[in-house]
This record gives sequence, structure tokens and C-alpha cells, in this order.
Amino acid sequence: MITRALLADDRTGKWFLAIVLGLAIVVPILHLAVPETSPFHISTATLALLGKYLCFALLALSLDLVWGYCGILSLGHGAFFALGGYAMGMYLMRQIGTRGVYAHPVLPDFMVFLNWKELPWYWYGFENAWFAFLMVMAVPGLLAFVFGWFAFRSRVTGVYLSIITQALTYALMLAFFRNDMGFGGNNGLTDFKDILGFPVQANTTRAALFAASAVALALGYLAARAIVSSRLGKVLVSIRDAESRTRFLGYRVEHYKTFVFTVSAIMAGVAGALYVPQVGIINPSEFLPANSIEVVIWVAVGGRGTLAGAALGAVLVNYAKTTFTTGLLAPYWLFALGALFVVTTIWLPKGILGKFNDLWERWRSSRAEKTETKPAPVPQLAE
Amino acid sequence: MTTLVPTDAPAPLTPSLLYLDGVTVSFDGFRALNALSLQIAPGEMRAIIGPNGAGKTTMMDVITGKTRPDTGEVLFDHGIDLTRLDEASIANLGIGRKFQKPTVFESHTVEDNILLALKGDRRARSVIVARTSQAEAQRIDEILEIAGLSAQRDRLAGLLSHGQKQWLEIGMLLAQDPKLLLVDEPVAGMTDAETEATAALLRRISAADHSVVVVEHDMAFVRALGVKVTCLHEGSVLAEGAIDTVSENPRVIEVYLGR
Repeated sequence: MITRALLADDRTGKWFLAIVLGLAIVVPILHLAVPETSPFHISTATLALLGKYLCFALLALSLDLVWGYCGILSLGHGAFFALGGYAMGMYLMRQIGTRGVYAHPVLPDFMVFLNWKELPWYWYGFENAWFAFLMVMAVPGLLAFVFGWFAFRSRVTGVYLSIITQALTYALMLAFFRNDMGFGGNNGLTDFKDILGFPVQANTTRAALFAASAVALALGYLAARAIVSSRLGKVLVSIRDAESRTRFLGYRVEHYKTFVFTVSAIMAGVAGALYVPQVGIINPSEFLPANSIEVVIWVAVGGRGTLAGAALGAVLVNYAKTTFTTGLLAPYWLFALGALFVVTTIWLPKGILGKFNDLWERWRSSRAEKTETKPAPVPQLAE
Repeated sequence: MTTLVPTDAPAPLTPSLLYLDGVTVSFDGFRALNALSLQIAPGEMRAIIGPNGAGKTTMMDVITGKTRPDTGEVLFDHGIDLTRLDEASIANLGIGRKFQKPTVFESHTVEDNILLALKGDRRARSVIVARTSQAEAQRIDEILEIAGLSAQRDRLAGLLSHGQKQWLEIGMLLAQDPKLLLVDEPVAGMTDAETEATAALLRRISAADHSVVVVEHDMAFVRALGVKVTCLHEGSVLAEGAIDTVSENPRVIEVYLGR
């Protein structure tokens, strides 16, 4: 019911959800039920790759919610993604049990290796799936809430905010690289065995994780859509376009920003948590500032402020990355990425989906003009 | 009930809606406001004139919480100290502000601009579930009618002409239903006909028991308003009174009107 109401005037959203949920059903079937000899079979490697793309799409969606609709250019969203990933990684580590190299019943291998005698307190509870999944959302959410509260209350905006979000992810990266933090240092967390009792490497588990990622992306889209189409969403856009005007109307801008930033961080955390079991590792390089900047490029390419476009951009750019970084063109990938960003900024300022929507509108109004004899009023820019 | 006994009460119980006393603001040694004192009565409309740099905009910044005064008292509506509050709290007390450069939400429709300005609960948790009520829809219709923007309601505000944006912003002020409106140069860039219509609109707003403070350079417009005038110069009041008295004041002529 609510979904139907939400999508009533969201043509793109209907398509988006149909495609994503279609993938959730079709891809696992092609992987599991179609024989390997068939050209329609999807290999394990491709399945893992597609699952990764969907997690990135959810990350891009979360960034678009804050950047596209509230003008908060976070250059540290990778941090929330990585924290969600670590929370999931901790759960997966605790599932290994005695199957680790050192066969310690409680301590993960790296702790035995470091000669630790007992589990640090912040690892408590992660043997329970419900607790770990709660932390997947709570840790990024809480960090974003505290960070956002202070940053937005002090009215840090624009470039300055972008810089401190970079600093945030960089600081976390340095911290997670340290062995004595208790998160596996530069090796991170890996060598996972089970998730919810199912072997992580099994084809059926992989297919289920893929489907879960698709469903998470769909739910993330609906949540973001619900926010931006509410009156609060209108206030967010007002803040993006004229922050002090919004304040003089009596809106507590910092509350709105903190809210949307926290929601976005939770979405990014979920994306990270689904990413980790599919790629089989989480390490501090996920906190690299360059990763977070890449997310901005995905959103810009796909279309800022369109939600579905952000997800599309993530998939397209990552597909290009996969293609380019394997083979002859590998050394030139970063140049290609840079060029893509320049091209998008100059010729596609609204991104691929924005351009597509413009063309669609133009085609529709020109058709309307032909059918009616009276020309439709052409909106003209003031000044 | 208490009887009025003369005491040395800390807050002056004046009948004024807005009370500024000895307000001084310095920026890097430059005194933008210099012991400025001003009172606005409930329902009063006041025009503020003065040369560039006289402190007109700074005065508005102080009242709306954008700038904190170094010294002085700023009291509103029976002694609420505005110097301790932020912009959002002050706006919610009932002080609306129109900027010099028309500032509307360009990527919202005209209707949504008014909707967002409508007086109501501004807390995020209420706003996220808010639905436009029938009373709100009716109020939006009324305001669009008053501002002459009914035909434009579904257009994006960014596509309006300069004059229409000014009117939309005044409409947004009306929607806020503030006790005090601060209007900074409302007719800058308007045609004569638009200027006249704006004067009529402001008089109408003030007659509906809103206090209005208008900062304006256009003397013809100030004359058309026909209200008490305050002339600021170097951050304090140079002259105050009816337009004819003020415009004949030799100091005002010297620093502002020119000979």
C-alpha cells in the first residue's frame, strides 16, 4: 500500500525496483539451475561481481541521499561502508570457531598470533547474528550521528565539511591498520567459513547473498524515496539550495542534516555488511579516502539527486572498472576515471539519468505539441 | 493580578513589540552599530532609511540572531532576550525576514515555497510525517491570491521573474504569520507599478496587526508607505519622525538625501 503510494508518480522508481527485484530472482536461477554448459549460465565469479556492484549501488544511493538532496558532499562515506563491513566481518570471524589455523575456540587467528589471551570487550556479542546485524547499522549510524551533530551544529559546510569527512575516513584507516586495535591490522578479517550456519563459499549461499543485496538495494531505494518525497525531503532540498533562508523560516537545519546523514550512514553500513561475505575479506584499505571519492564519481556520472541514477552510475562505473583493469588497458584506468568525471561535469551535469529524463520530457512535450494544436507553454529561464 | 508598582525591575515592561537599547556591533574595529536604540510598537509599520554602511542590514542581522551584539539589549514581545537565541528560535517566536536579494527555494514550486513557510511545527520528527491539511491548502490558496501568484503555483520558483520572486518572498513571510516582519529593500529592481502594488501589500499586511520594519532606499516608495521614518547614520539614529520632518532635517539632507 505504502509502496504503491510512494511510487505513484515515480516512473523511474517503478522501473528501478522492477529491474532490481527481477535480478534478485533471475540471477540466482541462472547461477543455480542453468547447467554450466549453457551460454545463459552465470559463473560464481560473475555472481560475486554482480553482488559487489549491488552493494556499491546501495552505497552510492546512500551518498546521493545526503549529497543530491541535502548538499552534504561527504568524501568519507566509505568509512560507514567499511564499519558496516567490519561489524559483519567480526560476526563471520566468530563463526569460524575451531576451524581456524590455531583452532582456538574463541579467539580469531590473528589474536592468537598476537599472543592475546582473551577476547577484547568490544568483540563480545558478535557471535550472535542478531547482535552483529544490529551493530552493522548502529555503529555507522552512531558515528554519523555524533560526527554530524558536532559538525552541523558548528555550521561546518561546503568544502570544509568535505575535508573533515576525508579526515574522518583517513583517521579510521590509520586506526584500523594498527594491530593493537584488535581488528586484524592491515590483513583485516578474512578466511570466513559460515554465515547463519551456511558455508559462505557454497553456490546457494552466494546466490542468497546476491538476492539479499538486491532486496537491500530495493528497500534502501524505498526508504530514501520515502524521505525525499515527504515534507522533510522538501526541507532538505531547501537547505541544499538556501540554507540560511531555511533557518530564518524557523527550521533547525542541524537537526535535519544530522537526521539524513545518520540514515545515509546506516544504509552505507548495510551495503558494507553485504559486501564483506561476498568478497570474503574486509581490511583497512576500504577506508582509503580515494574509495570515498570514487563513490562521488559514481553518483555524479549516474545523476546526482535522482537516487536510481546513483545506483546506475555505481554499476556502470564499476563495470567499466572491471573491464578496464583487466587486460591491456589496465594502466590507464585512473586516467579513464578522471576523464569520465571531467566529461560528466562538462557535458552531463545532471548525469546519465538526468540527461535521459530531460530528453524524455522534451520528447513528450514535443509530442503533446503535435497532438494539441495549441503549443504548450515553454518554460523560460528568468533573467 | 498585580498592581503596577514602580520598582527597579530588570527588564523594562514597555508596550513595544521590539526594543533595542544601546546596541553596539563591531567588525574588526569598525562600528557597524553604535549604541543604537529603537522601539517598534505592536502593529506599527516603520521605514528605515540611511546611506550605505549606516547599519541597516546589521540591525536586521542582530534582531534575527545572525549577528550577536557586543553590548546592548534586544528585547521582543514582553522581554524575550533575542541575543541569547539562534535564528530558528527567533523565527519561531514570530519574526520573519525578507532578504535584500530575493531568496526563494528555486527548485521548489511556488506552492511548495509557501507550504514550507506556513506557520507550524518545525521539528524534523513532525515534518517527516506531515501531510498538507485542508486548512493549510486553503491558506496557501489565500496567500497565492494575495501575492498575485495563483497562476504560477505549479511553476518552479527559479523560473519566476525578479519581481515575482520578491512577491513570493513576501508571500512566504505572510505564510509564517509573524508578529514582526523585517523587509530589506522590497522594491529593488521593481517597476513603478510593481512598487506601488508592493506598498499596498505591505500596508495591508501591517493593517492585519503585524508590525513591519521596511528598509528601503527608494524615497518615493517610503513616501507611499506614509509611516514613521527612522534615518540611520554610522550605526545610530540620526533622525526619527514623519517623512516630511525627517527629509527636511539638515543633517539627513547632508549625509543621505543630498542637497
